Amino acid sequence: MDAQSSAVGTVAKTESATAVLLRFTPQPEHVRTARLVAVAHARRVGVEAGLLDEVRLAVGEACSRAVGLHQRHCPGEPVVVVLDAIDESDSGMAPDRFVVTVADKVSGAVPGPRDGATGATGASETSEAASEAAAGGLDDDEDLDDAEMGLAVLTGLVDDLDITSGPDGGSVRMGWPVKDF
Amino acid sequence: MDLKLETRDENGRTIVKVGGEIDVYTAPKLREQLVELVGAGKYHLIVDMEDVDFLDSTGLGVLVGGLKRVRAHDGSLRLVCTQERILKIFRITGLTKVFPISDSVEQAVTAVD
Repeated sequence: MDAQSSAVGTVAKTESATAVLLRFTPQPEHVRTARLVAVAHARRVGVEAGLLDEVRLAVGEACSRAVGLHQRHCPGEPVVVVLDAIDESDSGMAPDRFVVTVADKVSGAVPGPRDGATGATGASETSEAASEAAAGGLDDDEDLDDAEMGLAVLTGLVDDLDITSGPDGGSVRMGWPVKDF
Repeated sequence: MDLKLETRDENGRTIVKVGGEIDVYTAPKLREQLVELVGAGKYHLIVDMEDVDFLDSTGLGVLVGGLKRVRAHDGSLRLVCTQERILKIFRITGLTKVFPISDSVEQAVTAVD
């Protein structure tokens, strides 16, 4: 199995047959495509209209993060996105959750304690770090580190968020409720 | 959708009118514009975001970079934005404490920084 097949398989094997799977070279112009597909699929499976902007921004942030990681560490590897509506409550009825997983092939990319990867406290700490850095208090970089700002947006925006990393790469998993069909 | 940029001077300020989507693909174009303006001695900038359809963290980073550049010359960077979905991103990241935000260009032009 080549590297691309492995990346797809790693993510896809736990998803249902109705999943939509995107695989794209780590180029910034493809992030917009991923956003458009995510919103279209979210609408189709029944995510309420008021959440679609959140889906669009969150998927964009997660994909931008993955593209940045791949461009720095493995530009030949594709970014993989899986979009699916699942029966998370295991009710045996219609899917109740729209889940998006953005997978990268870079190990050890989960941020440190200061960044706060998940949860309300993490979001608060991350946004505070972002605003302090913006005010010029933390670093001398010309622009604020995009990855840190991206995490601030993700953690502040998405309640159901899980950022993980392993030896074969990391993933950002995000979920939103699905209305009754 | 591409990024649209227009600039004009008014009352000692330079207004940058931005339209379209500011994301990881288009943000470098905005960064280039802001760097160019500061390089030309324009240190009091107003970024009009009323026609922006989408803004992500890369765009935020570019705006923060612009703010740092003008502040290095005792300048200012004020935003014009009334769109809730855009303002929400500034609130999430705590940047409403960093950027002055006006409801209109007219208000921004006469504001005291």
